[in-house]
Order: sequence, then C-alpha cells, then structure tokens
Amino acid sequence: MIHSLFLVNASGDIFLEKHWKSVVSRSVCDYFFEAQERATEPENVPPVIPTPHHYLISVLRHRIYFVAVIQSEVPPLFVIEFLHRVVDTFQDYFGVCTEAAIKDNVVVVYELLEEMLDNGFPLATESNILKELIKPPTILRTMVNTITGSTNVGEQLPTGQLSVVPWRRTGVKYTNNEAYFDVVEEIDAIIDKSGSTITAEIQGVIDACVKLTGMPDLTLSFMNPRLLDDVSFHPCVRFKRWEAERILSFIPPDGNFRLLSYHVSSQNLVAIPVYVKHNITFREGSSQGRFDLTLGPKQTMGKAVESVLVSSQLPRGVLNANLNPSQGTYTFDPVTKMLSWDVGKINPQKLPSLKGTMSLQAGASKPDENPSINIQFKIQQMAISGCTQAGQTL
Amino acid sequence: MCDFPFFSLVCTGEIFELKAELNSDKKEKKKEAVKKVIASMTVGKDVSALFPDVVNCMQTDNLELKKLVYLYLMNYAKSQPDMAIMAVNTFVKDCEDPNPLIRALAVRTMGCIRVDKITEYLCEPLRKCLKDEDPYVRKTAAVCVAKLHDINAQLVEDQGFLDTLKDLISDSNPMVVANAVAALSEIAESHPNSNLLDLNPQTINKLLTALNECTEWGQIFILDCLANYTPRDDRESQSICERVTPRLSHANSAVVLSAVKVLMKFMEMLPKDLDYYGTLLKKLAPPLVTLLSAEPELQYVALRNINLIVQRRPEILKHEMKVFFVKYNDPIYVKLEKLDIMIRLASQANIAQVLAELKEYATEVDVDFVRKAVRAIGRCAIKVEQSAERCVSTLLDLIQTKVNYVVQEAIVVIKDIFRKYPNKYESVIATLCENLDSLDEPEARAAMIWIVGEYAERIDNADELLESFLEGFHDESTQVQLQLLTAIVKLFLKKPTETQELVQQVLSLATQDSDNPDLRDRGYIYWRLLSTDPVAAKEVVLAEKPLISEETDLIEPTLLEELICHIGTLASVYHKPPSAFVEGSRGVQHKRLPGSAGSADSPDTGSAAGVSEAPPAVIPSQGDLLGDLLNLDLTPPTTSGPPPAPSSGMQMGAMDLLGGGLDSLVGLLHLGGDLGGSPAMGAGFGAPPTAMPASFPPPVSGGLDDLFDLGGSVGITDLVYVQIWLPAMKAKGLEISGTFARRAGVIQMEMTLTNKAMSIMTDFAIQFNRNSFGLAPAGPLQVLTPVGPNQSIEVALPLSTVGPVMKMEPLTNLQVAVKNNIDVFYFSSQYPISMLFVEDGKMERQVFLATWKDIPNDNEAQFQIKDCHLNSDAASSKLQGSNVFTIAKRTVEGQDMLYQSMKLTNGIWVLAELRVQAGNPNYTVSTVHVRYIGLTGLVSSDLLPHADRRAAA
Repeated sequence: MIHSLFLVNASGDIFLEKHWKSVVSRSVCDYFFEAQERATEPENVPPVIPTPHHYLISVLRHRIYFVAVIQSEVPPLFVIEFLHRVVDTFQDYFGVCTEAAIKDNVVVVYELLEEMLDNGFPLATESNILKELIKPPTILRTMVNTITGSTNVGEQLPTGQLSVVPWRRTGVKYTNNEAYFDVVEEIDAIIDKSGSTITAEIQGVIDACVKLTGMPDLTLSFMNPRLLDDVSFHPCVRFKRWEAERILSFIPPDGNFRLLSYHVSSQNLVAIPVYVKHNITFREGSSQGRFDLTLGPKQTMGKAVESVLVSSQLPRGVLNANLNPSQGTYTFDPVTKMLSWDVGKINPQKLPSLKGTMSLQAGASKPDENPSINIQFKIQQMAISGCTQAGQTL
Repeated sequence: MCDFPFFSLVCTGEIFELKAELNSDKKEKKKEAVKKVIASMTVGKDVSALFPDVVNCMQTDNLELKKLVYLYLMNYAKSQPDMAIMAVNTFVKDCEDPNPLIRALAVRTMGCIRVDKITEYLCEPLRKCLKDEDPYVRKTAAVCVAKLHDINAQLVEDQGFLDTLKDLISDSNPMVVANAVAALSEIAESHPNSNLLDLNPQTINKLLTALNECTEWGQIFILDCLANYTPRDDRESQSICERVTPRLSHANSAVVLSAVKVLMKFMEMLPKDLDYYGTLLKKLAPPLVTLLSAEPELQYVALRNINLIVQRRPEILKHEMKVFFVKYNDPIYVKLEKLDIMIRLASQANIAQVLAELKEYATEVDVDFVRKAVRAIGRCAIKVEQSAERCVSTLLDLIQTKVNYVVQEAIVVIKDIFRKYPNKYESVIATLCENLDSLDEPEARAAMIWIVGEYAERIDNADELLESFLEGFHDESTQVQLQLLTAIVKLFLKKPTETQELVQQVLSLATQDSDNPDLRDRGYIYWRLLSTDPVAAKEVVLAEKPLISEETDLIEPTLLEELICHIGTLASVYHKPPSAFVEGSRGVQHKRLPGSAGSADSPDTGSAAGVSEAPPAVIPSQGDLLGDLLNLDLTPPTTSGPPPAPSSGMQMGAMDLLGGGLDSLVGLLHLGGDLGGSPAMGAGFGAPPTAMPASFPPPVSGGLDDLFDLGGSVGITDLVYVQIWLPAMKAKGLEISGTFARRAGVIQMEMTLTNKAMSIMTDFAIQFNRNSFGLAPAGPLQVLTPVGPNQSIEVALPLSTVGPVMKMEPLTNLQVAVKNNIDVFYFSSQYPISMLFVEDGKMERQVFLATWKDIPNDNEAQFQIKDCHLNSDAASSKLQGSNVFTIAKRTVEGQDMLYQSMKLTNGIWVLAELRVQAGNPNYTVSTVHVRYIGLTGLVSSDLLPHADRRAAA
C-alpha cells in the first residue's frame, strides 16, 4: 500500500512529505530526480520508477510532481488514481493546486491526507465527505473561527460515510431546487493533407450540478442511447437499469460532479465542424517560404465556432515568420519553432486567414516536412456525436 | 531555515518560542503553536525536541487540536518511545468515547505509533473496536489489525485478531468487508502459506455482494482478492464473470483493470464455444480503449497491461488498431508503448494503415521514438509476410532521407529482413553500401558488415569495403570486431583467391593483438578450420541459417500466464514475475491460470471423455505407455530384477487423463486418414476400450519391459523382457514370444518361435492386421529351416510403417497372424510407442516456438510422473536415447523446464514441456501436457497433430 508521499516542485525541491507507515527517508527521491534529469521534457518522467527497496509512482499535475512511495506489490493504477484524487481534492479546497497554495494551507493539507489514507488504504476520498470532516478554508470562516474559537474540523461523523449512498450527505436543504447537466464533448481527429479524416474519436463527459433537497432520485434518458456503448459512470448510477433499459437512474451527489464519461469510437462517422485550407511552400535555393492558411466552418448546424486556436510546429529550418492575420493575433517562437495563432471566433462571412512569408536559414536545403497543424475550438450547445437528451424526471 | 549550522541559534530561538506558546493557557494560542509545529514537520524540519510539550496538549476536547497532536505523535513517537507512553492513557480513554469519530481516530492513531510498548496497550481497545456497534469504527479497526501485524506479527496471532478479521468478511456493512479483505490481503502477503484468505463459494458470494455496494477502493481490494480464487467449474466461473462485468464501466481505472484481471483469468475456464465467451470478449474491448483517454500515467500502466492482453488474446483488440496511433502530445513513454502494441496487432488486414503511420513517426523529432518506429517497420515485415515488400521500400525511402540515426536503424532491421526472407530483397544492397561511411553506431556497423560478408559474392568490392573497416579494428566495439572477423572469413571462403591476405590479417589481429577472449577463441576456431579442412570450414561457416521469426520478442508462454494473473500490478508493468523484484520474495506465490479443464469435456473432444472414463486398469492405454516410457527412461536402469510394476500401477491412475487425450487424438487422426481409404474403418473410432476382447492378455509390465530396453540401453538384448505372445497350448504347440525394438532407425519385431509340439513345423509366414500406425512386415518371415520338436529359433522381422491404417484400441495394439504347416494362429501384442519416434524428431527452435503457440489449448494434456530420481540433464540425455529431443532448456525459479519434441513415423509431432524441480530427489512430481492441433488433411502423414508433454518433478 502507499507508504509515503512527496510533493516535488518543478525545480526539484521536496516541499511536502507525508508518511502513512514508518518514515521513509527523503533520499529515496534521488532516484526520481535522476529520472527527472534524464527526461527532456517535464512530462516525460516515467510514471513508475524502481529503486532498490521501493517503487516510486509519480504523476505530474499543475507543474507539481506527486511522488508516492510504495514497498510491496500494489496496483499502480490504484496509486495513480489516488494521486489524481488528491490533486482534485486540493483544487477543490484551495481553488488552485500550486506550491504556494499548498504551503499556505499546509495544516489543512496534512489533515486531508490523513483523512484520505489510513495505513495506505484509502479512507474517504469523496469530496462531500471530506468537506464535512474538514471544512475548506475561507476568509470568512477564518475570521469567525478566530473570534469564536471554533474549528475547521467537523465534530461529527459524516453521515454519508457508511450509508448505501456514500456520495451524498443527508439533510441537504435548498430554497431553490435546481439541476444542470452539461454535455462536453472533445473530438480528437487526425486529418491528412487532402482533407480526409484518418481517425476521429469523441471523448464526452456529462457534468452535473445538482442542488436538490433531500434524497432525490433522478432518471435521465437519451434520444439515442445506442451511441453510448463505451461509458464509465459515477458510482451513483444504477448499472443494471442502464444495461436493461438504457436509462440513467441515480441518486446524485450534492453539488458538482461528473455523471458519466463516454467514448464514441472512430467506427462511427464523425463530421468535423471546421476545415482548413493551407498552402505552405518552400522554394529550393531561396531563403523564403510562403505561408497561407484559411479556416472555415463546416456542418456546425448554425452554431458559432469560438475560441479557435491554431498551432503548428514549423520545420527546423525556419528562422522567422512574417505573417499577417486577418483577425486575432499570432506568435512565433523562434526557439521551439512553434507558431500559434489565436483566432477567436470564426465569422462565416469573412473567413479568417493568416498569410505571409517565412525566412529560412540561408544556404540550408529546402525543408521537406509538411508541418502538422493543430486546431482547438469550441462550439457551444452542440454535441458532435449527436448525443441528445430525451428527458429527465425527478 | 536551519540549512546552515550558523543559524542553529536562531532555530533554537524558534523552538523556545514554540515551547512557550504550547504551554500557554489560551486554547487558541496552543492550537496555532501546534499548527506551526506541524508546518515545520511537513517540510522536514526536526521538531522532536517539543515532544513533551505537544503531548501535553493532547488532553483536550477540541477535535482539531487533538487531530493535530495525533499527527505529530505519529511522526515522532518512534524516536521518543518513553515519552510516547505518556500518550497511552489518553488513547485508551478516547477509545471509549461516545463519539464514533473519536473512537475510530484513537484506534487509527494508536496503530500508527510504531512503538512496541504501546502495542501491548493497544490490544484491548482494538478488540473492543473490532466488535464496535458503529461500522465506521469496525472498518478502521480492521485496518488497524494490519498495522499491528506489521509491527508485531506474533502478537496479532496470539491475540486471535486474525480470526476476528476473518469474521468481518461476513459483516453486514460492505465497507467493513472491503477493509477486512484489504487487511487480510496485506497480512497474507507476508505469510504466503497461512491460508488466511480461505476462499470458498460462500465467501466468494459474500464478496460479490459487497462488491456492488462498497467504495471504489474497496472494489479494487475485493476484485484483487477474487482473482486469487479458482472456481470449481465453468459454471461457477461464468456466474462470477457475470457479476464482475458491470465493474468494467466504472470511472476508476484501477477498478476497471482489476475487473479485467478477474475476467481474463476466469475466462480460461469457460468453454470457447459458449455464447457467453464471445460476449465477454466483446465486452472487454471498450473499457480497455477508454483507459487510453485518461491521464498519460494511467495510459502508460494500461498500455503495459494491454501489451500482455493482446499477447494472450489478440482477438479482443484486433479491430481497435486506430486507438493505438500515437498522438503528437503523448509523453515519450506512452508513444513507445503504443508502438509496441501496434506491431502486436499488425496483421494483413491493417498493415497498410500501420505502415503509413510508422512512416510518419520515422520523421518525428524525438530520436528514441524515431528509432523505435524504424525498428517497428522491420518487425512488421517479419511478422506479416505480405507486407515485407512494402516495408522494405519504406525503409529504403527512409534511408534516402540520409538522417543519420534513421539510416542506421534501417540497416539493422534490413539485416533481419534478409534473414527472414533469404534471396528476395538483396537487390537493395547497393543502396545500403552507399551509406557505409555514415554508420557510427556499433550495432549498425555490425549489421552492415554482416550483410557484406553474407552476400560477398554479389558485392563486387566486398573486399575493399571490409578492408576499410579493418583499418580501425582495435577501436571497434566487440560486436563489430566479431562480425568483421566472421564476414572476412565468409568472404575468403567465397572468393579465396583475392582475399588470402585480408583473412590472414584479420586472423592475426583477432588472435594475437586482441585481449578479448571471445574474439581470440573465434579467431582460433576459424584459423584451425581453415587450415585443416577448408571444405568443412565452408560447411560450418556458410551453413544455412535458421529463419528468424517475430516470436523472439514475445513473452514466453508460462511467464505470460503468470503475468496475466497479475494484471494491474507492478509485475504487469515490468513484465517480470513478482518474485523477480518484490522485496522479500519468499512471500510470493506463483499464480497460474486455471487449466482449461473444460476442454477435456468439451464436445469436440467428446470421445476423449469417453475413453478416459473407462476403467484404466484392464487395458493400458496409450497414455500409460507414454507415461511409462517417461518413467522408465528417467529411472536409473537396473540390470536385473523385475520391472517396477507396483509403481507403474500407481502412475496409471495419474496418467489417465493423458491417455484419453492422446487416444482421441489418434482417433481423430485416423478418422481423417480413413476418409481417403476405407470408410468402414471409421467404426473403430470412438469405440470404448471395454469393447476390446477381454481375453487379450495385456500384462501390465509387458509394455514396460519393451520400453526398458528402448529407453535404457538400445541393443543390449540381455535386458529385454521378452513376453509370451502366443502360448503353446493355444497354438497347437507353437509358442511365440518376443519384443519390439528400434535399432539403427529400423523397427524390428524380435521373435522366438518355439516348437513344443511333437511334429516338425515348417512354412512359417506372418501377416499383420491393419493397425494404428500402418506397421507391416518389411519382408517375409525368415525361417528357412524347419523347427523340430523342442527346438526354438530366433528371428528378427524388420517392420515398415507404410501398411494400411486403422485405429486400434488400445492404440498400440497389433494383431498378428502366423501361419505354419499346421494351422493359422492369431495373437495380439502391444508395442511401445517410443519405437515410433523417428531420429529426425528434432524441431527447429523457431518452428517449435511458433508451433507451440499455434496449438489450441484443447490439444493439451498434462500429467505427472512420480518418483523420478534424475535431474533434468540426465533425464534429457536418457530421453534422447529414445528419440525424444530436448530443444531448449530454461531455468525458472528453481524449476528446470525442458522443451522437447518428438516425431512419430506418420509425421505427427509431439511437443512437450518437462518441468523438473531440482533438489527434491526423493519425491518428484512431473506434469505432462499433450497438445495436438486440428486435423485438416486426408492422408495421415499430412496431419500435424502436436502433442506437448509437460512434466514437473
């Protein structure tokens, strides 16, 4: 089970350590630092590092390495999942998960870690329960506490901890009862030069914000549940009912939570809502290259394409780029050769474009690479997969 | 900060200040002080000097302060054991508190204080808490038992906590169950033989019920525990699978992977033709794909596991190739793993896609990744034959890029392609030679030199090329030096006239000027070969090389089986058995997949079941003979005395299973064979052995005798235990006794004909009935002189195996008719199967490996040999005497594994794995596994059933 936890910042300093069993010397992290030095990029540090007596399992989140030390055979996924849960909890409590925030709240952090893990076994990881045990720090509460002498620590055993629905506390009361569901879909697609799709897959999540009194039992049904053949649910969803009727039935946790995440695989046809016309040429013997890029919307069902961000890794031979965007701003980093263009919103009447020249290293041969172009964008109120909600009942 | 000794004064000042604050009367101030202490502690400062002051704050009704003090205690109690005793009273009191939160907190903290003296006081409160009315306290107490066990195992056992813990598995609250399982699993890890988690169908049922209701972490513990259970039959395993499957949709990836582990293991038990089996396979794919959209660290672990899964069951993910395509922003460790899996999934259907991807990867920035991508192209070529041409042209394109490391990698893999497909792609050598100068890595240089040497006759300036390498001979790495030496010798053998000088130069460089023993030895060997017998040298050096196959990078099957049982653990990430790296590996048990017991009863081998159910004692079946063969071969030959009949009787029971398997194998075989010949003979197939005339006298030891001769010392007739085939009273005075033997590749029936009648016997002739292996006399019976009364004559009848074929029961039964001037007599006898093992039964290693993997599990049987007193080497050499060839030998954790092949006269290959446990000569157990593959041809020699014997001693 998890023996100890070290938090390491980007510069390689350990700024927090916590031991759940006997104390492990922090020198064990030297092996981690070695691996860190070898890795060219911070994210390339291998997640599992063996040392003579321990194993180090690390995750990198918010530029902080969370390094767990284990001694016996433990499922690494279990450790990694737990570490991610720790990060999520910190973020939940302090708004951000940074070194400064952790150092400011070191005692709360310590209390949290102690509640989350006992002898290496996870104890309470649901944010609802933790918040009852240890109240998140707020300015108001700090002031009240100083005046009244009360504490941040809940005196009572959280009610949800042992019930059949550990994710929900009892006695929730709201004057306005409301429930929101957000369907967020991300599409990952690779498109070749000629514009045909090589792969496209959709990762979707349904995030919910439920503020309802008492013990509500919700059902949610979909127009086309067939799409959701590869789903992972929040533990609150009754799986049997889903299997049988394709209806989501659940007692929701209180507040924000992720109801389900799903994956629509590449076997289904996916219409990519944006197209790119590009013309990037380098001439032999010349130190100039032409760059021409135009974006346009495609099959967006009338919805606007927003927050468009184009980035491209230009060939190594490119020294600088002198471009002219029709809208938005662009930057070119001559060291990493990364071109990024913040387009903003696409106006279907006047398509955004980026044109100009690139200067190449003198005398170098013509780069023959075709730079790949990555585009990120958002479309509100549209689900690419065509996943639509049919109705919900209380 | 106390980083410098100079500032220690300041630090002392800080400590003083804290001390004063801790002893303050104001609660608020106290709390703030403790917080400061904790803050210093977390960043690694030593604040142990404040121990007594902090402990004084413990007696408080403020829960936060109490928690903080507990945090401090856990960290420093070990360094101040005497002071820690002061805290005991408060703990004991807190364990009685009406608030369950405080009771639990006290028990939890006490367990974390790793001081022996405290543990004594802990026992009573812990016992109470284990029976507490509040489940929260019970579950905390369950974990506490594990903590206590870690500190003082003996104490836990003496106090009977383990039994209480076992009782908690039946607790009404699922969380308590989960924690009890977790605690027991941890304790069991350090006590491998304690049988703490005694899994039976009742407990399994309880666990499965708890599984649905407990938290995600609890589910992981329960699933891992379930994976250790071996269901009784396929029905039970199906019902467990059904109840575990919903876990595949859990949001927590660790739960998903643990569920996959359980399913992968229990799936082994399910018959393959079951509908549910197919459904399960389909259900496994989506969750595995979903794991790949998680955080990169999770992806990495998932990919390592998927690597194992696709090796074991490629069908699960064969349509999901695209999800393994590398994304530009994947961390390098994810990219490399994805590449590996892409190659494993590559097949004729998707190779075009894969190659296009790989070609893209080869132009990436990251050097390691590019190298692996280029290698991957080569591995594709070797794996998918149809794609080889395209792969080669892709590699040539890459060589044209002239990117140094790309060219070098490409040359290394092209060398392998040459070896896999000889005389196909040599036209590209010219292009390779153009890049000779840019090679600076040893592996690429060695590969290039190998190519030049191997194809010296097609490269006009091979001698110049090699000479250019020779200039810096001593600066090269050993790999290159060895390769250069071999290449020049090859060149010399191919073009002796022009290269005499060169070869002398390299030989003297290797033998006289080098310190490397490998190089010197190889040099001397070549030198001697060349100087004594150039023809022999040519045969040795230019010998045909075995083909390579892609299997070389696969995980060896037994290891794979073990790793599948460890999916989701560190072992699966490292692809090593846990015993290889876990601290204190004594505690590790070897896990094995459950044998597909269902296969023996599955419909396609229905006849096997029928046979194996038959009473084994009446007629020794094939399996017994095979087993006997092994046994006898392994027993040191005794020069006189009766064969070890009692022990053989015992073995027969054990080898029954095999008997069934092999019988049915040959049964099937003959069904196939008969299709071409006489369909009527099919009636013999599947007839239960009890249908055999009971009058046949198959002496139990008869087969053994013959084997003894064969296995032990071939050719020493004194040792042969002759058996009487035809007693005189049944044949009007003619007695025939004899034995079978294989001598110098010829099967012989050695008979003694004795005339016990009063009249002279003449005109002997012999004929065989159709039999399983087509045995027939190769010539007439050579009895030229009449046999007078009380006279006997010895005659050896050579046998051929081209006669008509019919399946016999038992398999090795031979019905013989002998005619003389008096009458025609019939008798039946049984020959030892080993007599049919041919001399060229040694399989190529690669072929062996490939065949082994192709054999479906159904064709596998396993049995044990008891009381063998030989080590693996002696057994191997003894078996060799009977044409059972050892292909490879490996030692895994004290077990010697011998991989063996033998070939029967009708072309059937039998593959075997023999396990010998060293160091236990008095009682040894062997397991033999027989495998054979499906039959497709019509003629028996076309059929390639494979059998595999596995023996563990």
